[in-house]
Parts: sequence; C-alpha cells; structure tokens
Amino acid sequence: MTDKTSGDLKLSGITKKFETFTAVDQLDLVIPRGSFFALLGPSGCGKTTTLRMVAGLEQPTIGQIFIGSQDITDTKAYQRNVNTVFQSYALFPHLSIVDNVAFGLRRRKVSDHKAKAMEALELVQLAHIAKKKPGQLSGGMQQRVALARALVNRPDVLLLDEPLGALDLKLRRQMQIELKQIQSEVGLTFVHVTHDQEEAMTMADTIAVMNGGRLEQVADPATLYERPASTFVANFLGQSNLLKATVKRRTGTTAELDVHGVSLRLPVDRLKADTTELWLGVRPEKLRLVGAPDGAGTGADQHLEHNRLTGVVTDASFTGLATNYLVHMPWGQELMVVQQNDGTRSAARGDQVTLGWAPEHGFALNAKQDAHAGSQDQADDSGAV
Amino acid sequence: MVGQLVEGPAAAPPARRGRRNYTPYLLLLPGLAWLVVFFVVPMLSLASQSLQTGDVENGYTQTFHFQNYVDAMSQFWPHFLRSIVFAGTATLFTLILAYPLAYFMAQKSGRWKNILLILVIAPFFTSFLIRTLAWQTILADNGLVVSIARTTHFTDLLQWLQLTSNDSLMNSKFAVICGLTYNFLPFMILPLYASLERLDHSFIEAAGDLYATPLQTFWKVTWPLSLPGVVGGTLLTFIPAAGDFINSRLLGNTTTVMIGQVIDSQFLRVQDYSIAAALSFVLMLTITVLVAVYVRRAGTEELV
Repeated sequence: MTDKTSGDLKLSGITKKFETFTAVDQLDLVIPRGSFFALLGPSGCGKTTTLRMVAGLEQPTIGQIFIGSQDITDTKAYQRNVNTVFQSYALFPHLSIVDNVAFGLRRRKVSDHKAKAMEALELVQLAHIAKKKPGQLSGGMQQRVALARALVNRPDVLLLDEPLGALDLKLRRQMQIELKQIQSEVGLTFVHVTHDQEEAMTMADTIAVMNGGRLEQVADPATLYERPASTFVANFLGQSNLLKATVKRRTGTTAELDVHGVSLRLPVDRLKADTTELWLGVRPEKLRLVGAPDGAGTGADQHLEHNRLTGVVTDASFTGLATNYLVHMPWGQELMVVQQNDGTRSAARGDQVTLGWAPEHGFALNAKQDAHAGSQDQADDSGAV
Repeated sequence: MVGQLVEGPAAAPPARRGRRNYTPYLLLLPGLAWLVVFFVVPMLSLASQSLQTGDVENGYTQTFHFQNYVDAMSQFWPHFLRSIVFAGTATLFTLILAYPLAYFMAQKSGRWKNILLILVIAPFFTSFLIRTLAWQTILADNGLVVSIARTTHFTDLLQWLQLTSNDSLMNSKFAVICGLTYNFLPFMILPLYASLERLDHSFIEAAGDLYATPLQTFWKVTWPLSLPGVVGGTLLTFIPAAGDFINSRLLGNTTTVMIGQVIDSQFLRVQDYSIAAALSFVLMLTITVLVAVYVRRAGTEELV
C-alpha cells in the first residue's frame, strides 16, 4: 500500500504464446488508477489470458507489467497486491463465508481480520449469512461473497473474470448496477473481462475491445459506439450497416461519397487525408424512414436531405419499443433500420421506402477490413442484447 | 408419436404408482439375500461359537461362557496392540507415499493420467501372496537393497529404532511394515486420487491470489479439501492391514506375530474355535471403535 505500488496498471509490449498459439500479441495498455475498465471481446480473443497475466496466474512470454512504477512481471500471484473475482467464484467450500472473506487478511496477518471481513460483507449486504458455507448460498450471493473476498484486501487492482456470466439476466442487470456503485464507493481500479458488450457499456468508464490477441480500440463506451475504429468494433458493439463507398470530392467540411451510384455525404474529419475507398458505416437507429422517393418530405426530414437511399422493405418486426426493418437496396444489400415507436412514419413489408440520415451520424472504416468481422459473435450473443 | 407424448403422462400414473412400491425392494433382494446368507448367518454362528465350551473331538455346547473373551484377551493382548501399531505405521507410510503421487496424477499428469492409473492397479494382476513373497527376495540377505542399506548405515538406524534385530532386513518388524505398506498402497492412492481429481484448480489459484504461499495453500486449501480421500484411503488401508495374517507370516519372525495370524492358527492349527471366535469379535469391535472415533475427529461430515 506504499506509494511505490499504487498507481496506474501498465501493460507494456505483452505477448503470450501457448506452444504455437499466440493468445496475446504485442499488447500495450494503460489502465488509470481508480477507473472501471472493461476488456471486451469474443471468446478466445485473449482477454482472460491478459487478466490472468495481471493476476500472476500466467507468465507473459514477452513484455512487462507495472503497477505505478513497480515492475511486477516476475512476482508470484501471492506477492501481488491484486485480487481476482473468479468466473466460478472459487469460494473455499470447507470455510464459512466470513472465513472465506478473511482468508486474504489472515495470510497478511491483519490483526482485526474478522471485523474487516464483516465490514466487507455488510458492503455487499450479506453480513447475516456470515456463518454459512458457500454451498448453502445461491449463485448471486456467492458472486457477492467472491467480490467481498477480493474487495476486503483493498488491492491496487481488482480483476473480475466474467463475474456475472453464471447469473440469470435479471440478476445480472441488478449486479451490474451494484458493482458499479461499489466501485465508485471504494474507488479501486476494476478490470472487468467480459464478452457481453452491453455489460461492458453499462459498467465501464473505458473499454478495450480485443480481437485475436490484439487491441481493436480503447475508448469510452459512447466513442466506441459512435466512432468505431474498425469493422470488428462496428459489428461487435451493436449493429452496423456498412456501405462500400469511394470519395468523389472534398469540399470544406464535407466529403462527397459515391455509394453504388448514389451520392452521400460525410464530415471530412471522419476521413484520413489519403482515403479514397472506405466502408461508410451507419447505425440502424440513425436511419429514418423519410418521405416518398418523389421528394414530398416533411419539415422534420429536411436535415436528412443529403443522405438518401431508396429500397424495398423485406421484413418488419415490431418489438414494442421500436420496429426493426430490413430494407433491400437495389445493389442487393439489406440494411437494418430501427425506427423508434414514437408515432412517426411506419412501413409494411413490400413497401418502397426512402431512408435518410444526418451526415454526422456516419463513420468511415478501412475498406480493406472484412465487413462482417465480429458480426458472427454478435449473432451468438444476441440473447444478451 | 405426438399423441402418445400428450396422453402418456395422463395415462401413466396409475400403472406407475402400483409398481413404485415394490421395484426397489425387488432390486434389493439379491444383495440382501447374499448378505444374510454369507454375512449375517456366519456372524451369528461366530458370535454363538465365541460363547461355547468344549473341543473339536467332543463337540461344543452353548454355555454363554464369557470367560472365553477374558482368556483370549489376557493371552493375546500384545498381538492386538502390535497389529494396531503395525497397521497404523503402515497406514502413515502409505499416506506419505501416496499423497504426492496421487496429487501428481490428479493435477499434473495430463495425458499420462490413464497410464499412471493402470500402473497403480497393475500389481492386482498378480496374487497378493506372490507379491508378498517377492519381498522376501527384495529384502534377502544377499540382495542389493540390504547391501545398500548396510553401506548407508540404514540397517544401524533400523536396529537403533528396534525395527530389526541384526543387520539383515528380512524377518523383522521393518519387513512386515514394508510388506503392509506395499500391499495396501493402491488402496490409499485410489481414494486420494479420486478426491484430488475433483479438486477444482481454481481453488488453488484463488488461494494464491489471496496471498497464500504454496505451503499455506496446501495446508489451508488442498489438504482440507482432500480429507474425504485421506479418510477413505486410511480406512481402506488400516482395516485390512490390522487383520492381515500374510505379511507377518512371510516377512516377519516370532516377535512380529499379528492378531490375524493368531486367529488363523487358533482356528486351523490349535483348533480352539471358541477362543478364535472371541478374538475375531474383539478385533472387529476394536476396529469399529477406532474407525468411529477417527471419522468423528476428522470431521469429514462437514465436507461436501
């Protein structure tokens, strides 16, 4: 707890190889002290391996790990001021709840370990079951005990390995809020590993999206969503329509793009200076059903006049909050549209519709990237969305 | 098919209810019959025998002669004590030998796991008697083991501990304990292995994560969680070892006679059936009491 050991968690040039497989590749990451940081990615992306290297349960093949200015790369797990909430909770079945929570304090010979353990249990509202054994508790309670057992040691970094994965949806939502509150209450650095993009967005200040052992993007949730840096991020976090586009000309703040013969606009600052080809991305909820193709738009649609595409509705599903449409474009692509159920225009299957969106809602991605990267995982996790 | 699925549950209960009352008992019947014929009846006959007076030539009569027990114990209590000490020592040695092996097999051996398991069980393919006789060769006076033991002064240590009476290894307490340890080792390894195999590696990681050194992790987490295996293994070793009559006969001398050997000779050579029966009962009772106390002390009922 000295100044030397507290501070930002810094991963510098970390590579981890398992025989021939590279789980983590050249990872550089700084996690500021006191932040709620999420490592997000599909299974096998290296996020759990990264977490285990911070915990000291795996040794990086190359690279260094620092907490503050102290290099902890070669220290053993039990020497690190880092605690983990395991995915399986790993509560010791032969010890009572309070003894589980006091385990770390006892090893460090903290004098009033019992009182401190009870305090931690009160924080997670489980002081009344202190004398029970883990086997007697529900999954949600065990999860909180695991959290208390890690929190009570006031580690420099608290690692959470898919801590809510085993809980049902309702309980998971509740625990997301609770975890966030506890984190801001105790002010410790939380590093949360998850494959659930909604969970990461709900809880974390900063999210690092990982794929194939590499970082795709590190940003706050809003930036990740509004300005994804890669097709993988665009598809993995929410859904995106990606349109093949070429730059026709740049005028002042606006660039004019050609998308299958249609002229569309995008703020020029979204493009790199030398970009000629790109994926133009737009989120489904940013697309609006606007007036008929003959141009009889209402006043509210006026600012959508530059970016317009016309197609035929092939599917319309009403979800209550919104209606999800699939709109078939003349060049064969189907665009996803989410229209809020706010009394505005609606359409039925077979209708010809015009879609419009504001140029600033578009984002540009590298044309060399796979337009479907990350979307398969999205389909797998659709239950969590 | 669909019709059956829908109607099935409605039609099934009456038929099932009638059957449910008898099926488990019918299934129990063969086992129960076996136990009655080969365990309960001989037990009662043995109990009755232990209270009879007479001899083989003139026949026995039931006289409820409890003096048989007093006679048996006053004559053979040293053998009882020796059996318990030998069996206890052998059990301790098997535990010390088996634990690291079982731990390695369960947690570290990877794809060698099955081969190691087969190797542990392999001795059972040979007869118990032959395996014990093999130890006569291993510990024989002109053997390699003895010569190594002599050059390293291990024989002197054994003599000092009064486990041997000269600089040989055969026909001594040491040889008997070696035989017992060897013969019952698999019975210790297998329950320990089963217990350690179930041990979730994340408990060990969690202990390390909570600042426990490897040694602390062992004593605070691994050992308590493997206690069911320890208790199972020690019982499977101690109980048969305490009643064993082969090892001390083949590897020991007249001062290492164990109670199993005494019962054996009382029944088959001396033919004093009443004393033999009384000794058998006392042995059973002693082991039952020791085991009950041990299991309570180990406190394994609290473990999942």
